[in-house]
Amino acid sequence: MATTEPTLHQLFDLALTVNGTRHEQAVEPRTLLSDFLRHDLGLTGTHVACEHGVCGACTVLLDGEPVRSCLVFAVQAHGHSVTTVEGLGSIEQLHPVQEAFRQAHGVQCGFCTPGILTTVVAFLAENPDPSEEEIREALSGNLCRCTGYQHIVDAVRLAAQNMKAAPQQPAR
Amino acid sequence: MTKTLIGQRVLRNEDPRLLTGQAQFVDDVEIPGLLHAAFLRSDHAHARLLGLDVSAARERPGVVAVFTAEDMGADWEPGPPLVSPPPTAKDVLFHSRRQVPLVKDKIRHAGEAIAVVIAESRYIAEDAVEDIVVDLEPLEAVVDLEMAMQPDSPRVHDDLESNLAAHLFQKKGDYDAARKQADLVLQRRIVIDRGAAAAMENRGIVADWDEKSQHLTIWDTTQAPIPIRNGTAARLGLSENQVRVIAPFIGGGFGPKMMMFYSEELVIPWAAKKLKRPIKWIEDRRENFYATTQERGQIHHVEIALSRDGHILGLKDIFLHDTGAYDPYGLTIPLNTQCHAMGGYDIKNFTTEVSVVFTNKTLVTPVRGAGRPQGIYVIERMLDAAARELVIDPVEIRRRNLIPPDAFPYEHGIIDQAFSPLILDSGNYWAVMQKALEMIGYEEFVRDEQPRLRKEGKYVGIGIAPFIESTGVGPYEGARVTVEASGKIFVATGVGTQGQGHFTTFAQVVAEQLGVAPSDVRLVSGDTAEFHWGTGTFASRGAVVAGNAIHAAASIVRRKVLELASKQLDTPEDELELEGGRVRVADIPNRSISLAELANLANPLRGAVEPGTEPGLEATAYFGPRYGATAFGTHAMILEIDPETMMIDIKRYVTVEDCGTVLNPLILEGQIHGGVSLGIGNAYYEKLHFDENGQLLNASFADYLVPSATEMPRIEVGHVETRSPLNELGTKGVGEAGTIPVPALFAQAVENALADRGLEILESPLSPNRLYELWSRKEAR
Amino acid sequence: MKPAPFDYYAPTTVDQALAHLAEHGYEAKVLAGGQSLVPMMNFRLVQPSVLVDLNSIPDLAFIHPDEDGGLRIGALTRHYQVEVDPLVAARTSLLHDAVPKIGYPQIRRRGTIGGSLCHADPSAELVAVSVALNGRFRLRGPKAERWVPAQDFFIGLFSTVLEPDELMVEVALPPLPARTGTSFMEVARRRHDFALVGVAAVVSLDEKGVVRQARMVFLSAGDRPMEAHRAADALAGQAPTPEALRAAAEIAASDEIDPSSDIHATSEFRRHLAKVLARRALDQACRRAAGKE
Repeated sequence: MATTEPTLHQLFDLALTVNGTRHEQAVEPRTLLSDFLRHDLGLTGTHVACEHGVCGACTVLLDGEPVRSCLVFAVQAHGHSVTTVEGLGSIEQLHPVQEAFRQAHGVQCGFCTPGILTTVVAFLAENPDPSEEEIREALSGNLCRCTGYQHIVDAVRLAAQNMKAAPQQPAR
Repeated sequence: MTKTLIGQRVLRNEDPRLLTGQAQFVDDVEIPGLLHAAFLRSDHAHARLLGLDVSAARERPGVVAVFTAEDMGADWEPGPPLVSPPPTAKDVLFHSRRQVPLVKDKIRHAGEAIAVVIAESRYIAEDAVEDIVVDLEPLEAVVDLEMAMQPDSPRVHDDLESNLAAHLFQKKGDYDAARKQADLVLQRRIVIDRGAAAAMENRGIVADWDEKSQHLTIWDTTQAPIPIRNGTAARLGLSENQVRVIAPFIGGGFGPKMMMFYSEELVIPWAAKKLKRPIKWIEDRRENFYATTQERGQIHHVEIALSRDGHILGLKDIFLHDTGAYDPYGLTIPLNTQCHAMGGYDIKNFTTEVSVVFTNKTLVTPVRGAGRPQGIYVIERMLDAAARELVIDPVEIRRRNLIPPDAFPYEHGIIDQAFSPLILDSGNYWAVMQKALEMIGYEEFVRDEQPRLRKEGKYVGIGIAPFIESTGVGPYEGARVTVEASGKIFVATGVGTQGQGHFTTFAQVVAEQLGVAPSDVRLVSGDTAEFHWGTGTFASRGAVVAGNAIHAAASIVRRKVLELASKQLDTPEDELELEGGRVRVADIPNRSISLAELANLANPLRGAVEPGTEPGLEATAYFGPRYGATAFGTHAMILEIDPETMMIDIKRYVTVEDCGTVLNPLILEGQIHGGVSLGIGNAYYEKLHFDENGQLLNASFADYLVPSATEMPRIEVGHVETRSPLNELGTKGVGEAGTIPVPALFAQAVENALADRGLEILESPLSPNRLYELWSRKEAR
Repeated sequence: MKPAPFDYYAPTTVDQALAHLAEHGYEAKVLAGGQSLVPMMNFRLVQPSVLVDLNSIPDLAFIHPDEDGGLRIGALTRHYQVEVDPLVAARTSLLHDAVPKIGYPQIRRRGTIGGSLCHADPSAELVAVSVALNGRFRLRGPKAERWVPAQDFFIGLFSTVLEPDELMVEVALPPLPARTGTSFMEVARRRHDFALVGVAAVVSLDEKGVVRQARMVFLSAGDRPMEAHRAADALAGQAPTPEALRAAAEIAASDEIDPSSDIHATSEFRRHLAKVLARRALDQACRRAAGKE
């Protein structure tokens, strides 16, 4: 339960679930969720590129919803569940969205990719048969400097197709 | 025979790691006891530094050290010059002024590093930065290029007579004579403004000095790990072998990460060695806008002389180039501009003169395009102006001037960025342009669709822009290819990688020679411990120069494999094939030997070898082109503009690219798409706004407008392949091709859409506001 | 860019939240969606010493139908909820049209209606829309609560009548009369940037198709939502002909807005865009009111 006691620059006893695993740690309230995930938990798949909520590279799923982890304090995730790119799939077993990105060459430098993958996984869960325009709209909050977005859009289409053919378990 | 791998859409080896968040970027490096750095940066663009009080910062709990220029003592030294002025040109004036580790006396651009705090976390380090008290005397800032050249302008460097950083004059033929023959002479002033590379990954550096082993390891988001290793070793009084620089996965380079010895690269390794603690500095996005290099600012005064039938008799271009506060990168960008101002056209008389100007702004070093877009913008705008005046179709005037296929190699007689004579090695220019015209349906559009849409009240326009791209420049790169005991192939090369698929394209080159699957080729790039000769990824040269070095090394290994296999299988070499990781006797598939076996035979643990035998199946090779290969392309676009709001909608976008042999079309398309997105940014969305005090007004992604998925059109990519004679693979570079012609294309298409208003666009970038102003001005007349 | 340190409270009821605000006054900032506040904290443009996080107060997020046919929306309701809610689409088309234009998809998952209104950025879609819809806001203080009409709530750049010890808890939107059409239009550089200029228009027609009442509120056209009263008055009683709409747009853009200049647009261009959008939005609202769209 969230504390209502004054913390006076004290550490906050944070407890949350990340990719299905429970974590407990004392953190400073000002620690951003993006930094907590990357440096306290060592989950460096989530990337930080702007820290003002525009580029989307840090997007994670908070209770299944895509949010900018650079705009959430870690303490706000207390009692909640976070999914990062590491929770979507592994090298041995790629999530269908990850596999589609590979097939369609939707990755170049890979820095924006984790934020796009979490966004897309959440998007396809709610909109399993999107048009190109809907896909671009859904991606409009994720900047990419390498790909020009085209192969990313193709990857999302491919993922939608493949997932319709073989429905998946939701991400943790 | 196996199907050739060159030209195959091979999926990328590196993707599974990148897709699962398992790829290591610099900020992912964790070392026990790691400390974190934050820099105090100047708020002023131009000021004298009178004093610094860091005592409060030093006392803050969690702060380990605070360093200033004074603390660096004798170790304080400006960065080395990275690119010297061209030795082969006379009439070169060059004042070398390089960036400093930390400001000593004078601040020369907003964001310049003044002090560094080393603390237990970045959070605490930033708290401590706010504790530092700075005493400075603000000075008037030098911002505007033309004002900077006025005699009464404040000076960025007090020891110089003016803000002139460099001057270079080049000529081909005799422009003045040509001008006298002309039926039409046109003059224009063209202004191009700055943009940022804005790679998604900001810069960063981790330096770990191990006192016991006397060894320094550096992780750096650099496109040039080997020069960083060499220079850092020299600065710190170490042997090169004591320093290892690793450029791990890099989140986009685009040029600024090729700039070397940024202040942070001068300070952090020094601090790590001094404190004997590992230190990490990761740039944040705001810092990136101030402290990472930018490019494009130029002002051109151009004159073109033509005959009545549209043949270009001569071109004269006098321009100012903004280099920012320092000029470590020499004349690379303006040389590129000079070499591209003639485009792919047969221009026999050309005079070009550049004055490089210091300003109180962030340093300028190459950003994808690196001066080429400006050159192409100039010639394409002048041709469009000429076409209008002479009443010649814009496509036709280009056709009449393009270099014909039988004129190659075409010598321009001026020098390029590699200080060699500018020679266009090969090409089939009109064929490429024709293909673009076909793909976009140029004729039908102009003849049928456009008039119909115009009648409906729509403002639609079409544009076409051909361009050259100098690529694959020297000096050289190298590679080592090894068949390992497992039969898998290991490749090491000095050149780094920032997302352009080297792990895969280079694997294809090797796999082609050795008959293995690309996924069985493991590449290590950007680690000086693995390979330590080379320069870096820039000027679209990775595939050409490193690719050819890898090809050469792999070819030598192939010969060694065949030689050894021939002995083992007792069959002449020309009857052997390499396929599936084995060497087989052609037509007798069960007589074969695996590469693994051969590798082990080549490295015996016992017994004697013949004199002169080298162990293993390994080879190191280098490749240095005589000069850079020149690629050619053409972009075409149809757009609609809302004349009331000046908002644009790109209906179609076509590119045709001739970069010689294509190694991997999937990766090539990705490069084109990405380049076009930066080009569209440069053309219509991205502009760095500096005010008259040198303050950057849009240092964030909220206000610096990088195109998102909703602004980008679908891009249709076509190919023509004219092999380059300059290297065995026949390949040319393509990394910057997507970017180069876009601003020129936009200007043409928008003018075409608003043709009834007779707008002329001579600036870049554009914006709805700017178009509205140009439109209103025309209305007022 | 890391924020400065702060004390953190996560109350679970409105009363607890109000108690924290009463104790800390101007030192405290309320954290709702955080999509505007946290970037400013990361840039260190604001450095509150106390943060009161409302996100653990469940009863602050709701969308309920009002008996009068309008809507009641809890202050902590996320934009995304408003975007997908069928009640909103049915009862307030203006809100339904405007919400997708707020920032990026991920922003809308966290950003809240109360947060946006209290932040009072004149470029915010909801700020203009709440005024155009004649909305009312319920503000709760430590001792009392009050209802404030939207048009009285915004008093300047990022300034509202909300006291430091008050919280906005609810937004009430009245029903739209019959034969009313709405239109929301904005011009932005990229799809999801802040609008260079925007307008929310509401037009009601009488049985003869004559304008009974009109309302136009502009965003990014001044230091607060700018309502074009005179333009609306000029339209009342008129048939919605192209000339009448153009004239109204002219009045609105010339006299009733006060746009500023910045790196993205000059005040002159903003004024020009306002005139264009006003004309287009009025046209769309009129056609919708007449059931033609």
